Amino acid sequence: MSETTARETPGTGTHERGLVGRLLVGLIRVREASIFVVLVGLALYFQAANPAFLSEQNILSLAQFAVPYVVIAAALCLLLICGEIDLSVGQSFAFAPIVMYLAYDKLFLLLPLAVLVGLLAVALVGIVNGVITVYLGVSSLITTLGMFFLLAGLNVTLTGGFPATTPETNVVTQALGEYAWSGTIWALIIIAILQLVLSRTRWGLHTYATGGNPLGSREAGVSIARIKIGNFMLCGILGGFVGIIEAFRINSIDPLAGGPDIVLLCIAAAVIGGTALLGGIGTVTGAFLGAVVLTVLRNGFTLQGISAYTLNIVLGIAILVAMILNVYVARLRGAGRV
Amino acid sequence: MENGNNNGSANGLDFLRVEGVVKNFGAVSVLKGVDMHVKSGEVLGLIGDNGAGKSTLLKTITGFHRPDAGRIFIEGEEVNLRSVSQARSMGIQTVYQDLELVNELSVFHNMFLNSEMTVGPFLNNGKMKEHTQQYLEDMGVNIPSINTEVARLSGGQRQAIAVARAVYSDAKMLLLDEPLAAMGAKEGALILDLIQRLKDERGIPMILIVHNYAQVFDVCDRVNLLRNGRIEYDKPVAETSVEELTELVVSEYRKARETGNGSR
Repeated sequence: MSETTARETPGTGTHERGLVGRLLVGLIRVREASIFVVLVGLALYFQAANPAFLSEQNILSLAQFAVPYVVIAAALCLLLICGEIDLSVGQSFAFAPIVMYLAYDKLFLLLPLAVLVGLLAVALVGIVNGVITVYLGVSSLITTLGMFFLLAGLNVTLTGGFPATTPETNVVTQALGEYAWSGTIWALIIIAILQLVLSRTRWGLHTYATGGNPLGSREAGVSIARIKIGNFMLCGILGGFVGIIEAFRINSIDPLAGGPDIVLLCIAAAVIGGTALLGGIGTVTGAFLGAVVLTVLRNGFTLQGISAYTLNIVLGIAILVAMILNVYVARLRGAGRV
Repeated sequence: MENGNNNGSANGLDFLRVEGVVKNFGAVSVLKGVDMHVKSGEVLGLIGDNGAGKSTLLKTITGFHRPDAGRIFIEGEEVNLRSVSQARSMGIQTVYQDLELVNELSVFHNMFLNSEMTVGPFLNNGKMKEHTQQYLEDMGVNIPSINTEVARLSGGQRQAIAVARAVYSDAKMLLLDEPLAAMGAKEGALILDLIQRLKDERGIPMILIVHNYAQVFDVCDRVNLLRNGRIEYDKPVAETSVEELTELVVSEYRKARETGNGSR
């Protein structure tokens, strides 16, 4: 802690920068702003390349496509900030609609009740993840890796491996994903609430504190176990909920919907959005924008007729560039120059 | 007499009394029967070699560790602390050497960590800022802005905020675990000033773990040496010197080396 002089003068260096330099520094400082600029740039590029990009139809399909990624990335964001990770959330995404379907079809529960049962199941998954991680001291990377396979197996076993059709259309199914914009509306509401929780409530503050300095937070009396298990639950519930929405949207309950792609993309989205994998730093808005950027990349390249294989190459490069920038910016910050 | 003779039992002036406290970690016995007392308004310097159990002693007093034997009295009442928050609710505040501030949070959020002001479900940031500003001014703690992330402050500023936070909620006693560790002379002086002010203006009794014995003489009234799991030396600072204290600790080190027993 003897590097004090460097930190006392965070402004040095800025004076010599021109207007452009200062603008750049500002953009780097406000993480969300820099991703937003990237997003606008991408949109302009894809629109120039193919005018269908900003057509009404494509905007709807973009919005629908983004929903699961946006919600899961935001939920993961809170968990990452408190210093944990959930690799099983993609499988919760597939698990909740399956449990809901079984409760509806086999137990003859009313649909809203069946939805509730599905959500309770993924809440339980979150609690198990949290308890094993917090009380048994298993790293969440391992806990949720185990849970990933466990749920993957359950999903296939419970359904016999075949997709099922969602219950017949009614008000509930409309509200939960069948109506074209319902998923987007849910996603925006969830994002707004999560950001509010993160930046304006004790829960959010303690989430940052838990990830930033677990030992110190505990000494200050913050219940780290409660925060972590709660965020595991939240992640499971939101992953499951958006899984149900997605199932109603496509009218199909797919046991294989929870492959590794979805969770890895959502982690990438959160990290591109400025969430630190080691905890303590991040915003829901950033994770949201990160998820939208990834969706736009995917959609834009698809419109240009670029194959899925090439797309993954581009995605990989995009993630690496974002991460390298991240490290570079963190270094600048550490040196007190930004 | 290992514990001085100025503390008759049930002495009303003792804010804190520790009697025969034992703490074992598995087979390792760290505290073997500690007797200690701190009078109201008194600042006690606690010295001892690395691994002597000074931090363990503080953490036992504050309920972080449960003692395996012995009794602890606060203001004459025997207490059986089960958690740090319980100690805190009784007005016993600790500032640990592993700084408990959260670097990613602002100064005012750190000031109110786990005792945040709220309006309904939401944080009352405005009120917390107001109180923090006022409070730090009262305590004479100077920082660039209370909105700054703690990570951007210097070690001394961080320590000052940690101390200020500990005192904030009507602390009746303050335990400081190496408040001057890893700090330059100027920064150390800032903290010593703060401690001195707390002592003079608020009369808060304190226990300070210190490594630099010269600093003991700046602010402490009395000094205790923790060695071999016991308080082996207890004198008012007026009756001792830096040389004597240094010799005390070093002689033990020599003895340990001769017997081939690490200092742990």
